[in-house]
Amino acid sequence: MSDKTPVLEMRGLDKSFGPIDVLHDISLKVHEGEVLCLLGDNGAGKSTLIKTLSGVYQPTRGEMWMDGKPVSFANPREAQNMGIATLHQFGGTYPLMSIGRNFFAGVEPTKGFGPFKAFDRAKANRIAVEEVQKMGITRITDGDRLVGGLSGGERQSLAIARAVYFGARVLILDEPTAALGVKQAAHVLRIVKEAKRRGLAVIFITHQVMHAMAVGDHFAVLIRGAIAADFRKGEKTREEIADLMAGGESMADLEANIEGYMETRDGHPPPPAH
Amino acid sequence: MDMISNLLRRPAAASVLSLVGVLAFYILIGGVDFGKLMGAASWVNYAARIGIVALPVGLLMISGEIDISIGAMIPAGAMTTAIISGHYELPIIFGILGALAIGVIVGTINGVLAVRTNVPTLIVTLATLVGMQGVVLAGSKLLTGSASVPLTAPDWAKTVFGQLMFGGSHQVVIVWWVFFAVIFWFVLHQSRYGNWIFAMGGDKESARNAGIPVNRMTILLFILTATSASFVGMCHAILFNSAQVSGGMHDIFNIIVSVVVGGVLLTGGFGSVPGIFVGSLTFAIVNKGIDFTAIDRNWSNLIIGVMLLVAVAMNESLRKLALSAATGKRGKQKQDAPMSAGSGQSAH
Repeated sequence: MSDKTPVLEMRGLDKSFGPIDVLHDISLKVHEGEVLCLLGDNGAGKSTLIKTLSGVYQPTRGEMWMDGKPVSFANPREAQNMGIATLHQFGGTYPLMSIGRNFFAGVEPTKGFGPFKAFDRAKANRIAVEEVQKMGITRITDGDRLVGGLSGGERQSLAIARAVYFGARVLILDEPTAALGVKQAAHVLRIVKEAKRRGLAVIFITHQVMHAMAVGDHFAVLIRGAIAADFRKGEKTREEIADLMAGGESMADLEANIEGYMETRDGHPPPPAH
Repeated sequence: MDMISNLLRRPAAASVLSLVGVLAFYILIGGVDFGKLMGAASWVNYAARIGIVALPVGLLMISGEIDISIGAMIPAGAMTTAIISGHYELPIIFGILGALAIGVIVGTINGVLAVRTNVPTLIVTLATLVGMQGVVLAGSKLLTGSASVPLTAPDWAKTVFGQLMFGGSHQVVIVWWVFFAVIFWFVLHQSRYGNWIFAMGGDKESARNAGIPVNRMTILLFILTATSASFVGMCHAILFNSAQVSGGMHDIFNIIVSVVVGGVLLTGGFGSVPGIFVGSLTFAIVNKGIDFTAIDRNWSNLIIGVMLLVAVAMNESLRKLALSAATGKRGKQKQDAPMSAGSGQSAH
């Protein structure tokens, strides 16, 4: 797989805001039908990296390549037109609109002509329900239902199905499982696998190692704006990844420290370090 | 039962219930003669007057913004018509175009300020509201030396914008109201632009990301609200043969109350044109219909206040109903469905 041209490749990306370096020498690539998991603690630079990929920010240094050609995005619109779809949590869905209207927001199918072009509700609902069902959400059968009545996982799935239908090639998912329960998260992970099966390149941002390990082919751990580790599936255990995310500090050591402290002080936990 | 719950889920449901409630109250408690009330023109004229402005204001509120400068735009439209065609005695067509032009200008200012700055539109339009009051008063004094300007409109203008209909006291503005309501209904519920307006009110950032021209739509909606207000002012100047600086201030809250009773969510993203239409009608019946009851007219504001609260509470619960329930029997199992669906598939 690695001999193919990556869909999206970052080569030595730097991003600084004034004197503050947020991203430092990021080089990553993602291929068709592959899930790249971007792991990192809060403040590691994940959001900045996503915003740079989706055209919100422009890199200070470094290049982005798509299909073997250098590209640059002046704004999110351009990134979208190139097939980069960025989905934030619950973003891209409107709770008080129907599933059909949500699915086609901004690109509504119409019937009729001239000034009497009417929104083709039947067609919109039919396609929306079909596409969502194709992604494996069979519980959605009525395109007139309001999106706010769906579960968090279903809303995510709807947004992903929408991006896939409108020709996304790279799917950037920003913490899609963060606020979801276990079953809802499993729901979304299944959709991610389905997107991957359809040949999309997926960049999956999370700080939940379990979720990353369930779908990821390729992992990158971000610490203070730099890539601290870059490895493929099966090369590291869950504990090793968790340790990496915690900034190299071993989780096991940390736990032992806390337990030792509590034993000597009648079960009181240690005060916060700072 | 299914049909009833489907009807209740429509955005206009609460406004229809409010209308029925108000009528029932007036008939049972107020001892109103229903036939006489229906035959009366005062409340229909008033409903049309606020209804024409309530339609675009409702659309604007669905898109997540608000415009209170309409209060100054109604007298501004009236004064513009009266000054141009009354004081300067230019043909009435210039007065009409002048009134519409001032609406377009102020609407554009509101819209551009709304999209260029991050100032909440309540504040932006509060500024233009107060500003326009000053412009209208000072301009009127400067140009005519008076705050009240007489106007004599030709017959054709009276027929189109002012005339009373059916030989009675119904004003032609009612026809305009119905006409605009049909157009706005088509735009909001049938055309793609309606979808854009709902999306803008639902999540402005996502709407922008989905390629909806949010800024252009916002400016356009502000132009519509201001112009419809100046249109109403113009109609009144032509009908009553004069314009005063003071009129129209009450209309701000009356119009917003009509829109909210009509089921439009103040924070945007939800509402309907039939709801706004019935909301204006309900408001007018409370406000003007009280004259036909045995109730003292001074109580009408209390009734409006109670109606507003009841209508908003109904809107809240009906919207929850719309969110929670799906159509058909699958929806009824929604509460436990995620559990069974999840457990069936978690073994992947």
